[in-house]
Amino acid sequence: MSGAVRVVNRLWPVVAVVALWELLTRYLEMLSFPPPSQIAASAYTMWLTGPAERLWLTEAALENIPTSVGRLLTGWVLAGVAGIALGVALGRSPLLFRLVDPLVQFARAIPPPMLLALFLALFAIGPRMQINFIAFGIVWPVLINACDGARHVDRQHLDTARVFGLTGRERLFRVILPSAMPKIFAGLRVSLSLALILMVLSELIGSTDGIGFQLLEAQRSYDFPGVWATIVVLGVLGYALNSAFLAAERRVLSWHRSAKQTT
Amino acid sequence: MTRRNPLDSRLLCGALGVAGLFCVMEAAGRAGLIDPLAFPLVSTVLGRAVALVTDGEFLSDVASTLGAWATGLLITVAVAVPAGLLLGSLPRVENALRPIVEFLRPIPSIALIPLALAVFSERFDMKVTLVVYAATWPVLINTMYGLKDVDPLAKETLRSFGFGKPAVLWRVSLPSTAPFIATGVRLASAIALIVAISTELIGGGADGIGSYVLESAGGVDATEYVIAAAMWAGVIGVVTNSLFVLAERRLFRWHTARTEVV
Repeated sequence: MSGAVRVVNRLWPVVAVVALWELLTRYLEMLSFPPPSQIAASAYTMWLTGPAERLWLTEAALENIPTSVGRLLTGWVLAGVAGIALGVALGRSPLLFRLVDPLVQFARAIPPPMLLALFLALFAIGPRMQINFIAFGIVWPVLINACDGARHVDRQHLDTARVFGLTGRERLFRVILPSAMPKIFAGLRVSLSLALILMVLSELIGSTDGIGFQLLEAQRSYDFPGVWATIVVLGVLGYALNSAFLAAERRVLSWHRSAKQTT
Repeated sequence: MTRRNPLDSRLLCGALGVAGLFCVMEAAGRAGLIDPLAFPLVSTVLGRAVALVTDGEFLSDVASTLGAWATGLLITVAVAVPAGLLLGSLPRVENALRPIVEFLRPIPSIALIPLALAVFSERFDMKVTLVVYAATWPVLINTMYGLKDVDPLAKETLRSFGFGKPAVLWRVSLPSTAPFIATGVRLASAIALIVAISTELIGGGADGIGSYVLESAGGVDATEYVIAAAMWAGVIGVVTNSLFVLAERRLFRWHTARTEVV
């Protein structure tokens, strides 16, 4: 009972805003601002009117959403692996850090959209271009955080590991990486939200499928409820990705919080 | 006296790294390992980048993008900081609005461009609006987060000396939140640049570096122009970011627990 009350307490402003929005849009009758009820109806026909054996998902939903999410996650994983590997290497080697730091600082300052045209010229339009573009655009937060985390490993931990005769490999996996983990996760989270932005951008410009492409098609045919419905789906996707990431982070880093408390 | 190893110098090493990369890429291009038609020689790109400085069209495009960026950022600060202070100091309002914020925040701002294209007739207004939308979140969230971090003892002290709520906000909460706000603005400035350029790329229009890239992408030496323009965009990114970092260091030297969020 108290749970239900809390949910009502939390969500009534949302209901109020949606109701107000519905009234306003109905009253103003602007073509580009359809009422929420119309957006919901459009979202329903766009994504959820398929046959029952496919969980009512439509052709468009099954084609576009997994394609987009697949590209996003592939790019993110690639960027994660490359960013952690390079970042830890830079963090542990002062000489390498000094050599590469200006290049890294410069590369990460380039706004990724400026590189879209370059990636379009280097790769043909298609998933390969998009995955590479996403990975290159989002690798920097992971790389810089991993580097920072690997640089500031507690000296005592490293010395202890050396005294106990841990090999370089063991030190990397048992001391350096775990102690850099919280920073790496912070970087991965920034990258994930950036990945969504770059996915949409790459699909709006260099693509023939995916959620971004569907958004563009809806806009070209002046289907504004469709445009709004796609935006809502992207918002839900962003929310879901972030929540899933936070849940995973809590699991992976739970040891870290308890370990920190003892020191 | 011990002689210092020249490789200890950050400046020298950095210059070596940049020069090394350029030499390797130039050599690879000249030896045919990289097709110069697909990826132009470093020397060609650098020459083009230098030539762009005297290109009036490019400069006015840069000015147009930066104009939208700066206007958007200023409006963001003017809107998001008071909003964050209000939400942060009125817990009931915050609780009521939080679900709405949580719902709006994950919507990628780029996805709003097709909609904005239909709503705005002026490209500049559209750019600024989208920049404000995207840049608001980091500033708003950091402001609210910073307010939570204010030392309660300092607030109570002032209150027990008879200061009212607005005075406490002005004298304690705002100064101690300022470093967080500054970090938020720095993060927002990078996002604002991304959004401004994306809008130019998708929305078309006549000016802005995004449009410059689009126009030159059709030409023969397209890649050369694209990379040179991207390099200048990188320079703009480095310069603006360093200015923000410098300002933060100057203004908030007293703030010891500076939280670095990338």
